[in-house]
Amino acid sequence: MGAGHAHALYVHEHSPIHAASPEAKVAAVLLFVLSVAITPPLQAWAFGVYAVLLASALVVGRIPLRFFLLRLVGILPFILLALMVPFVGSGERIDLGWVSVSREGLWAAWGIIAKATLGAGAAIVLVATTEVPAVLAGLRTLKVPSVLVAIAGFMIRYLELIADEMGRMRQAMTARGHDPRWLWQARPIASASGALFVRAYERGERVHSAMMARGYTGEMPVLEERETPVASWLAVLAGPMVAAVVAVIAVVGS
Amino acid sequence: MHAPDGFLNAGTAVATGVVSAGTIGMALRQLKQTMSEKVVPVAGITAAFIFAAQMFNFPVAAGTTGHLMGGALAAILLGPHLGALVVTVVVAVQALFFADGGLTALGYNILNMAIVPAYGGYALFGIFKRILPNGRGGIVGATALAAWGSVVLSAAAFSIQWLFGATAPIPFTRVFAAMVGVHVLIGIGEAVISALAVGAVLASRPDLVHGAKGVALGEGTGKVPMRVFVIGGVLVSLAFATIVSQFAVDNPDGLEWVAETEGFAEQGAEHAWSDFLFADYATRGIENETLSLAIAGIVGTLITLLVAWGILRAFRERSPGATA
Repeated sequence: MGAGHAHALYVHEHSPIHAASPEAKVAAVLLFVLSVAITPPLQAWAFGVYAVLLASALVVGRIPLRFFLLRLVGILPFILLALMVPFVGSGERIDLGWVSVSREGLWAAWGIIAKATLGAGAAIVLVATTEVPAVLAGLRTLKVPSVLVAIAGFMIRYLELIADEMGRMRQAMTARGHDPRWLWQARPIASASGALFVRAYERGERVHSAMMARGYTGEMPVLEERETPVASWLAVLAGPMVAAVVAVIAVVGS
Repeated sequence: MHAPDGFLNAGTAVATGVVSAGTIGMALRQLKQTMSEKVVPVAGITAAFIFAAQMFNFPVAAGTTGHLMGGALAAILLGPHLGALVVTVVVAVQALFFADGGLTALGYNILNMAIVPAYGGYALFGIFKRILPNGRGGIVGATALAAWGSVVLSAAAFSIQWLFGATAPIPFTRVFAAMVGVHVLIGIGEAVISALAVGAVLASRPDLVHGAKGVALGEGTGKVPMRVFVIGGVLVSLAFATIVSQFAVDNPDGLEWVAETEGFAEQGAEHAWSDFLFADYATRGIENETLSLAIAGIVGTLITLLVAWGILRAFRERSPGATA
């Protein structure tokens, strides 16, 4: 679980990737992860190309490696799961001396780990080089339904507040000696989350009234309209287009 | 459960993506009619609540903790349409901003974590509410059973997608047994927390519990009826019986043996494009063909029926309420 701090996702830098238009970056990430997802694991060379592309994005975007690796922890459960696959997988076995593993299982595990890392890596680069409102504006430009984008924006905006409120409740419980070890001691936590829901819902209604008072009609106002020139679309999409060509070659060639 | 990119094959990702997008589009249209402009702030902030609630670790046993998934809880508190929408936004934001779950995996992640638990859980809630005595205790008990069921349904839905979209040579029966087995236990935590949370909301703002609309809360003793534990116990044992029977037949069956000895196992030579859409693992993954298909068919039909019924229920409730 990521911490609920959206600003901790952004790397404050000045790089060509930071400056690029958000909709092009969102489209680029989608194209890249799509290419990664459809590539058969046996085509290992293709994943080499993707890794080089992602690494160059990290360098050009001046994203610290430590930051990148720490953000990757979200995929750890699936890496652990993937590591089990060769042992429980069926098919031809390879003898490793003290243990035998499934050949197909090994390839499958490699595929899961490589795709999870590259896919999450691309999303991390996007959010590290693009501030949240810009990503949302990019999604809107790419014709994601505006209501969904607006809800996502509200969610991110209030996430820290709600998470802080939760933290305060927890602190108050701890201060009163609450230190649960077993599920049947979980009642205070559950009641607290019920209370948190009531507070969140009531806050939603208050915010809604405040918005109505300021002339809200159901559409979020768009603050700035920008057109992204074709040249900068191409500049941002160049890397992912290489990935797409590689993916097509890999799929056809398998 | 936040599956990464490429965890299931492309065909499954596209198919589940179409189903998810269609369902959420329908929920969104419905909500725009019934909630009008209120939907954005309320859904946004309650989505932040679900996200936060998922970070709220609760103790399970001896220092280990679990966390809420919240699909059924959201549907019971907010109604299935808003509940499904809110969890969908949570899952999508987790994928895009927190690199938790793949972007190309959104189709199945939204289906398994938002749509199936919210609509399926709400349908179960409706069934149990009818069986249990009226009143506060009945609502809390029905929430517990529905929350447990929603987690198991979600695990079963993933296993069925694995049958079509496997990317590793692990047979369906084994994935099904492992996924459902683990979630039968995880679901108990989900049930306890969801039920207590709904109980807490009922105590302070009963009008905010969508699932309690039209229920006279003053009726009954307010205690969770014994029937909840009996039904819960029967369901858990039934689930375990199914899983144990899975392990008992986890060896190749007659048909496969015949196929191998007669040499027509190799005849099923697939080419790249069919691989691309339907994983070859899936067909190979069936060790006991008849049984696997029977289980997948029965469970898949059950999930579809429950989700469809949840959607219908949601629409039926809306129409008289909208005119009032």
